[in-house]
Amino acid sequence: MPKGAGSRLPRSVGPWKKGTGEKSRVPGLRTLAPIVPNANAASQALILVIAIMSFLACLAVGAVSLVNKSAETWQSQIAREATIQIRPGDDFDMDAALEKARSLAAGFPGVRGARIIGRDETVALLEPWLGSGLGFDELPVPRLVVVTVDEAAPPEFSALRDTIIGSVPNASLDDHRAWVDRLVSMARTTTVIGVCILVLVLTALVLTVIFATRGAMSGSQHVIEVLHFVGARSGFIARQFQTRFLLSGIWGGLIGGGAATVVFLLVSWWAARNIITPEGEQASAFFGDFAIGAGAYAGVFAVIVLVGFLTALTTRITVLRTLRDIDDRRADPGRLD
Amino acid sequence: MIEMYAALVNRRFWKAVADAGSVPFAGRLLYSFAIAVLANRTGRLIKFENVGLRYGMGPEVLRDVSFHIPKQSFQFLTGPSGAGKTTLLRLLFMSLRPTRGLITIFNKDMAMIEPAELPLLRRRIGVVFQDFRLLDHMTIYENVGLPLRVRGKEESSYQHDVLELLKWVGLGERIHALPPVLSGGEKQRVAIARALIDQPEILLADEPTGNVDTPMAQRLLRLFLELNRLGTAVVIATHDLGLMDQVDARRMILSNGQLEIYE
Ligand SMILES: Nc1ncnc2c1ncn2[C@@H]1O[C@H](COP(=O)(O)OP(=O)(O)O)[C@@H](O)[C@H]1O
Ligand SMILES: [Mg+2]
Repeated sequence: MPKGAGSRLPRSVGPWKKGTGEKSRVPGLRTLAPIVPNANAASQALILVIAIMSFLACLAVGAVSLVNKSAETWQSQIAREATIQIRPGDDFDMDAALEKARSLAAGFPGVRGARIIGRDETVALLEPWLGSGLGFDELPVPRLVVVTVDEAAPPEFSALRDTIIGSVPNASLDDHRAWVDRLVSMARTTTVIGVCILVLVLTALVLTVIFATRGAMSGSQHVIEVLHFVGARSGFIARQFQTRFLLSGIWGGLIGGGAATVVFLLVSWWAARNIITPEGEQASAFFGDFAIGAGAYAGVFAVIVLVGFLTALTTRITVLRTLRDIDDRRADPGRLD
Repeated sequence: MIEMYAALVNRRFWKAVADAGSVPFAGRLLYSFAIAVLANRTGRLIKFENVGLRYGMGPEVLRDVSFHIPKQSFQFLTGPSGAGKTTLLRLLFMSLRPTRGLITIFNKDMAMIEPAELPLLRRRIGVVFQDFRLLDHMTIYENVGLPLRVRGKEESSYQHDVLELLKWVGLGERIHALPPVLSGGEKQRVAIARALIDQPEILLADEPTGNVDTPMAQRLLRLFLELNRLGTAVVIATHDLGLMDQVDARRMILSNGQLEIYE
């Protein structure tokens, strides 16, 4: 057997270089083609579909996480304060009443501190409704004392109310309970709706990944059969396809998840920039500081992992089912394809 | 050419002997000898006893077919188109199970073979399909190396063998070509090379000369004969009488579902 001097073949030579016709020349070989054919239109569509669905799923995760976090913020911010309101009256020393209410409240167990909203601040608060240059003293404007509550050990609100009302005429205490309750139930409803949408989107994601993977694999029947007939074990064949489609899945997931992350960052940036404007302040009052929490980013990561896992698993099941099909046909010659 | 293939065989054999490691050389030699003797004891690779096959509710394509394929034998399987040649080859390759009768392959009852065991048994059988079944995204070289690749072998360990074999079938200059650009005869030879690369004990070829002109058919026939002389049993399904007349070989003739054998 003639063994040329160069039986070790250089791999670097390009794949399509034709033989030169010289018999003694040892040709260069390209790196082995992958066993599963390289990306075709179907697998590019698979990546695209997975990217889009991952994007939507990540947005849903982010939105739910945002709403959930905002709900917590509302709840704690509002529950952190109570307000004592003192209405003016005839022959009524407002300043003394304010000071008395403040000191009473501040000394109460479970109260962190109490602060009188001063004249100027009150005027500023009313300005949006009443306009500037209003004669403050001519109007019977009630005055407020803001009581900061220790959230961990809130005061006995009914006792506090009795104390204040008993000692300070024209006073009432608003513990914001009505607001808190309403906001909590609203936040809960929003979160439940968000979670429902998230479940729907995730279900759609799972189904899309499964069907897109199966679609992308439908052209691979021939390859599976040939591998089977040249003596490859089922596990080997499944592994080849799995790895390929796992990569497609993760790639699609990364594109979708990456796009969603960019959206999150943009929203956070926009919110941070606008927080100084009145609209921004209103928005941030509702949605907290718009910071998309670590939860959302963890969600994006989870979506990518889920997508990769699903594509790999679907591929494996499809390959094994195809092989079982070949074997069934073997057992049952009467079955027509 | 024969020498080349013989050298190929021998190199493998001695490598296998050398690879066996710590066992003393004499022991190894004795072992391989014993294996050879044991395997030769029965002298047959495949045995059919009263095999019948029907597709679905259709008529029996094969009826009471009994024969065996001896080791290192050469035979034609013939009969008119539609007589059941492909069906019989599929039974031999275990891609069909008989509706009745007993098939023994490598001393195993086919009905008892587990699906997981099939790939391992198939590795001992080389098949040339009527439609070749090459993978279009792989070069000729890669297609021929595929059986070894799926057995988990490193490319460096078989590279040289594949190139030698491709030279042997006359495709030494076409190793980079992809199957879609090949002529029928070239595809045929790639399929043959792929069937031979792991040195099967038996080669099954379905109409291997169906797509080629007469000179090429003769060339392929010579190739099969050389292969047979090197020890591989060969079954060629063909309806080409001219081809069979060139060789004085065993003939298995299918007609009306029955098999007649002319030694
Ligand atoms: N998958 C199948 N389903 C049903 N009938 C089949 C199938 N394959 C072959 N047949 C029938 O079996 C008979 C033998 O076919 P085949 O083995 O291909 O013959 P040959 O290879 O000798 O031309 C034919 O009548 C054919 O129609
Ligand atoms: Mg046929």
